[in-house]
Amino acid sequence: MAVYRRSYRPYAGALTPAWSRWFILFRYSRRDLFRSKFLTALFVACFFYPVVCLLMIYLAHSVSFLQEIGLPGGFISIDNKFFFHFMSVQGVFAFLLTAFAGPGLISPDLANGALPLYFCRPFSRAEYVLGKSSVLAILLSQITWVPGLILFVMQAGMAGASWTWANLWIAGSLLLSSVIWIAILSLLAMALSAWVKWRIVAGALLLGVMFFGAGFGQAINAVLRTFSGNFLNLAYLMGTVWNALFQVDVDHAIPVAQAWIALLAYCAICLGLLIRKVRAYEVIR
Amino acid sequence: MSTTTQLGAAAGVSEATLAAASTLPLPLIDLQGLSVRFGDRDILCGLTASLRGNSIGLLGPNGAGKSTLINTLLGFYKSAAGSARVFGYNVGTEVAKIRGLVGYMPENDAFISKMSAVSFVQMMGELSGLPADMALERAHEALFYVGLAEARYRQLGTYSLGMKQLAKLAQAIVHGPKLLILDEPTNGLDPSARQRMIRMIRDIRDGKEMRIVLCSHLLRDVEDTCDEVLILKQGRIAHYSNLDEERRANKRFLELETYGANGDFTEAIEKLGCECAVTANRMKMILADGVETRDIFKLAAERQVRIRRMNFRRDTLEDIFLKAMES
Repeated sequence: MAVYRRSYRPYAGALTPAWSRWFILFRYSRRDLFRSKFLTALFVACFFYPVVCLLMIYLAHSVSFLQEIGLPGGFISIDNKFFFHFMSVQGVFAFLLTAFAGPGLISPDLANGALPLYFCRPFSRAEYVLGKSSVLAILLSQITWVPGLILFVMQAGMAGASWTWANLWIAGSLLLSSVIWIAILSLLAMALSAWVKWRIVAGALLLGVMFFGAGFGQAINAVLRTFSGNFLNLAYLMGTVWNALFQVDVDHAIPVAQAWIALLAYCAICLGLLIRKVRAYEVIR
Repeated sequence: MSTTTQLGAAAGVSEATLAAASTLPLPLIDLQGLSVRFGDRDILCGLTASLRGNSIGLLGPNGAGKSTLINTLLGFYKSAAGSARVFGYNVGTEVAKIRGLVGYMPENDAFISKMSAVSFVQMMGELSGLPADMALERAHEALFYVGLAEARYRQLGTYSLGMKQLAKLAQAIVHGPKLLILDEPTNGLDPSARQRMIRMIRDIRDGKEMRIVLCSHLLRDVEDTCDEVLILKQGRIAHYSNLDEERRANKRFLELETYGANGDFTEAIEKLGCECAVTANRMKMILADGVETRDIFKLAAERQVRIRRMNFRRDTLEDIFLKAMES
């Protein structure tokens, strides 16, 4: 490689397609994330429960083995509740992963004024947001719906066609519940990261929004004797939607449709906040 | 490179001039009544100019609108009225094409602190469209070129201010742009670092591979590196100057302090074709083509006139700037 040239030479070679350039940000950001040993360890730990689920599916179809160890054949039941629990556990891991990885995605660019360098190139704000959000989206997908669908396929293969056709909707629920959780976590983390600029404070704020929001919502419910406080509790809203998607019978204080609308509104607000901040220079009017 | 520039409305320009202008190459930057407003504040007010120089300086005091003009040309700010074109592409509708041709070095700190310089410059090259392997190769070359070869694997956060400026320059040239926009490139640099930066800009200019727009409030920087200068004041064009032509013109502007001069000496000088103005024992003259200073010395010797002082009084960029600010 000719690295010893000390004179400037123009470039006249081929250029990469413009549509593919968001992936460059994904590549660099992901490489940067996995420099952290803690994040790597946390990411590996996120696969512990899917492996346990895999073993449970295998055991559920090994009746003779269960009988050998003195357990009834139907001890482990692979149904909608099984996948709902899988999503609940993986949802918590997804949140932890986001709290660690999300705030560092945009804040360093804003803190060091790097955004003009991105946008003075043929690279748009939408591509920037796509590139950065894809880091979290792909990371969280790897621990939510991807292993979820692998488990579903495993179960389908062992249980046969009749189970598969009867429970095909569970695959859709896995995908949809993961997508909405990933969307809200990614957008919330990036919006906080863009507005706060300091990585640690943004991480703390993300935890604050989840836990303080829940506490504040409960306080509103108790003081005003209403259920409207639940709209401030993201985990509750998500739980309501997941229960409906996995058809788990639990009584909810707020209707599922309203929970959906509230979650989509949160996504829209976060996106709006993000787009407002992600620009080359802020105009002070 | 032609340096024809049209300022203000085209009114009063002869048809011959317009015909000649139409045969000139495409202007680098063409502004037609460009205005930019932030809220109810007018930042740029109806700028009209057609800049064709190889190296253009944007001068003006702080808050004159230099950086706003650059940011508008890059599509960061929307124009409230009028239009701007860079290489013939409209800033409002073809900004992606413009950005593909431009390398930009911003005024303020702009880097990613936890990245090494080589990764940073490589990423910026890739974002400009270079394939990954080519971007890596050119990142090394650009860092060698700007003088950061030894420090290219260090994290940018550990760089000194001068090194950060050089890293910003490296990312601006890594993809081989046709136009290099430098916003206050010598800001915060010590004298030797400033000299290095100016030398590098001159080297880039002399290479003729890319054209330069340099925005600065330091007259010396612009004078050292530019052949055209546009002076802004309160969002308006205060003056345009072709420095090359000014330099050529100023060479013939001569000031003398004499002893023993009389009308005969003045007459002899005027016979050479020079314009002459006399006040007491001082003479100011514009030398005619082909007349050199030795001819003046010869005339003085023949008439036994003593010349106590002689100097080319240059109309420096500082004079031009001050006049523009007073106007």
